[in-house]
Amino acid sequence: MAEPIGIEIRSLYKIFGPEAAVLMPKVRDGMTKAELNERHGHVLGLNNINLTMPAGRIQVIMGLSGSGKSTLIRHVNRLIDPTAGEVLAGGADVVKMPPEALREFRRHKTAMVFQKFALLPNRTVLENTAYGLEIQGIDRGRRTDTAMRWIERVGLKGFEKKYPNQLSGGMQQRVGLARALSNDAPILLMDEAYSALDPLIRVDMQTVLLDLQKEIRKTVVFITHDLDEALRLGDAIAILRDGEIIQQGSSQDIVLRPADAYIESFVREVNRGRVIRADAAMEPVSGEAPEVSVTGDASLEDVARLMADRRVTRVTVIDPASGGPVGMLAMESVMAAMTNRGGY
Amino acid sequence: MDWLTKFPQMDGALLRELNKSIDGAFRGFTRAWGDTIEAFFEPLRLFLVHSEQFMTRTPWIVIFLLIVAISWFCTRNWRITLGGAVILLLIGYFGMWEDTMKTISMIFVCTVISLVVGIPLGIAMARWNRMQAIVNPILDVMQTLPSFVYLIPVVMLLGIGKVPGLIAVVIYAMPPIIRLTNLGIRLVDRDMLEAADAFGSSSWQKLKNVQLPLALPTIMAGINQTIMMALAMVVIASMIGVQGLGQPVLRAISNQYFSLGMFNGFAIVGIAIIFDRVSQAFGKRLQKHSEVVHG
Repeated sequence: MAEPIGIEIRSLYKIFGPEAAVLMPKVRDGMTKAELNERHGHVLGLNNINLTMPAGRIQVIMGLSGSGKSTLIRHVNRLIDPTAGEVLAGGADVVKMPPEALREFRRHKTAMVFQKFALLPNRTVLENTAYGLEIQGIDRGRRTDTAMRWIERVGLKGFEKKYPNQLSGGMQQRVGLARALSNDAPILLMDEAYSALDPLIRVDMQTVLLDLQKEIRKTVVFITHDLDEALRLGDAIAILRDGEIIQQGSSQDIVLRPADAYIESFVREVNRGRVIRADAAMEPVSGEAPEVSVTGDASLEDVARLMADRRVTRVTVIDPASGGPVGMLAMESVMAAMTNRGGY
Repeated sequence: MDWLTKFPQMDGALLRELNKSIDGAFRGFTRAWGDTIEAFFEPLRLFLVHSEQFMTRTPWIVIFLLIVAISWFCTRNWRITLGGAVILLLIGYFGMWEDTMKTISMIFVCTVISLVVGIPLGIAMARWNRMQAIVNPILDVMQTLPSFVYLIPVVMLLGIGKVPGLIAVVIYAMPPIIRLTNLGIRLVDRDMLEAADAFGSSSWQKLKNVQLPLALPTIMAGINQTIMMALAMVVIASMIGVQGLGQPVLRAISNQYFSLGMFNGFAIVGIAIIFDRVSQAFGKRLQKHSEVVHG
């Protein structure tokens, strides 16, 4: 298995239009997206993006349409060339790679899953899955073995001879995922990979990804416009708006401390019980510690379920690593945290 | 005010002089280079001769079975295969077997050459806009210039015979395959190309794995059109010595042999139908994967 590598994006700018390079200094000096569009007819796609994505974790980039999230992910494998800035993947600057090196980088270090699947209609599931390996020049026997393993892993065993047209959207995206995973690249780019799927299938596919990630430990860059999806998948989340990052942090950071009214308006619709951890809502132990205990990384929803099952109103929160008590939670504070708008 | 009522045209003597000098120059070119050009086209002539010998010298029953077998393997449709067989038997019964074989041989060679030249040209046009800007007007000329006009220099250079006929047919039949190859590749979904790039495809891999397979339905339509256009040129090509079904038609026109013209004309229509149905059904069969759609 490939060693995970981190990605670091440093002062990345993208201006769309013929005179991008000329206008770059003005943008650096603080010209806004609206001004640039009005005075020069150029579109500011990305504005001074700085983002460190840790190796082997899921980095979600969330934003609405037009926020520049799809533009940003295309800079990681340079499907789009930046106007200025650096994209370091495992220490190498993708922006400076000559064409041959870039091709090798795309073949061996990255794999991508697309919103519209982008499967070849004239190829079977097996041939589609082996596509990346074929491009790498791996012989037929080995690429069939690898592809079959991943087809099985994403739950499509028995479908390998089918054509994409014969599959549902959810199954097609499983093929897209299997194709990307067959590459065994340390970086997995998922561009709104689940946005075209039904809500139930989407949750199902999220589970598939989370299960797989436990064993494959890839650096996943996941683009979405759905905050629930972002909170469920992301080890780290960056929220993008008008080409700028307006907040980055963990799910809890976003839900508990939204950076501005814009993010708060999203957060309001979120199921807080699933995002907020026990150790974020707990209070110091006072008096005798309750008998029933939960780990600090349990969600409030889990805590509430446990309380109902065990018929208790107070639980001890213990440290997930050491097992020692770190605080306690009463039913009132669980309910308050789950229903509170903008508190904590 | 003479120029108002009568177009102010070039002086008659000057025009005559111009024509004469162009003709003279071209005649000079023909004399100097005719042999070289003929030698250049010699491989084509051999290709034509061998293909025609194969079609006419092989026993008719072998050719008949061969065509029926090919149409079966291309279409897997017994109605098209049976229809083709009946047409061939009728052609033979009406005494046009040998001429038909010569025509089929000619069409085969012309189609092969059109594809060998046309498909790469179409690919190049799709890749470079500059190329498209240059080739498109040339194709317009090829398709609209009356065939008789370009027959003149071809005959002057190469005389009467198979090769000039072939060139005339190819000029007429090649534009559709070039245009439709270009169009088919340009219509390929950009998402698919992006995916190919994201996996690190070289441009050759992109062409082979994505562009050509996805453009195939359009390219197949181009091949079909090229075959049909080649067949349509058979009669005109016979004016410069191409043997086959066109020659009896030409004789029928000059001598007013009504039935001779009709029979040979229908034979051309008959093989056109066979070629059309078989090539279309074959194209459809190649796209079988796109038929079964998930509900």
